Amino acid sequence: MTEAQIWDALAEIPDPEIPVISLVDLGVVREIEVQNGHVRVDFTPTFLGCPALEVMRDAMAERIRSLGAEPEINVCLDDSWSTDRITPAGREKLRASGFAPPAPREATAPTLVQLQSNAHRCPYCGSTDTRLENIFGPTPCRSLRYCATCRQPFEQFKTV
Amino acid sequence: MNEKVQNTLLEIADDELILGWRDSEWTGIAPLLEEDVAFSSIAQNEIGHARALYELVARERGITADELAFDRTPDEYRCAQLVELRLLDWEKTIARHYLYEEADARRLEQLKTSDNAEIAGLAAKIDREEAYHRMHAQMWHDRLHDEPRYVQALSELRPLLDKRGAHTPELPELWGEMTIVRRSQPAGTKW
Repeated sequence: MTEAQIWDALAEIPDPEIPVISLVDLGVVREIEVQNGHVRVDFTPTFLGCPALEVMRDAMAERIRSLGAEPEINVCLDDSWSTDRITPAGREKLRASGFAPPAPREATAPTLVQLQSNAHRCPYCGSTDTRLENIFGPTPCRSLRYCATCRQPFEQFKTV
Repeated sequence: MNEKVQNTLLEIADDELILGWRDSEWTGIAPLLEEDVAFSSIAQNEIGHARALYELVARERGITADELAFDRTPDEYRCAQLVELRLLDWEKTIARHYLYEEADARRLEQLKTSDNAEIAGLAAKIDREEAYHRMHAQMWHDRLHDEPRYVQALSELRPLLDKRGAHTPELPELWGEMTIVRRSQPAGTKW
């Protein structure tokens, strides 16, 4: 078994809450090491309070076991995940299913002024005439916005 | 990790757990639907932060994060009195939110410079999420800043930020609710 095979296998596991995107697209798999039928995955969680984390961890272990290897999922509670780790393919999949992908992270944390600006693009019609409805949304990773052009509310992935 | 560092992490973890619990009390009864969503989400983040911090300390002590979170007696908690209060007045909730987020930001900045890479890394991760709590608190502060009841709430609550050690009667009450299911089972139950 090779590391590439494990990467491919994990790329088939959907995110439990946004199933259009895979765990590899989401950037939560940091490193994979294969040694004598033992597979270690360094898993860097997204939001700390996200209930999907256990589901992701178990799904990866299950998938590795089904390939006949012994999994070890090492949860990294460090600062290695940011929304900048979402792959370009992952961002496009998010947008195509109506989630505005996160804006790239700048040197400093996002500000209220940025959130309230109209620099955020509607995933449906592409207009930037959108406004912030709520900093928070249905899950910790999303905000709610409204597009004045196509009159459609949409979910904006937070930048962290 | 020495005792002093463990206690600092426990102070933060206990603050986040208890405040997370209090914030969750707005679920379903906030004055605006949007705030129902916001406080529920903030509560979820805070409890997630508490869990990650408890895990670091629990590992040092050879126990679990759950045991640290729920199996201590109320007087062993290290949280500030500010987070203990059951505040069902909107202006007081916002005042507490604003005061807490400001103080928490300062504390996280300091923790991010810790010599212990694991602690510094976790603090930086927590801070990414807290940035959104601060924006939310700022938005409400800007809206309410000259309302007399809000100004009054700020000055009443500010001293409670630094009151640790002695607890208000509201903490044991909350602890009773928080641990009722866990205590209903024999010690050593595997959850």
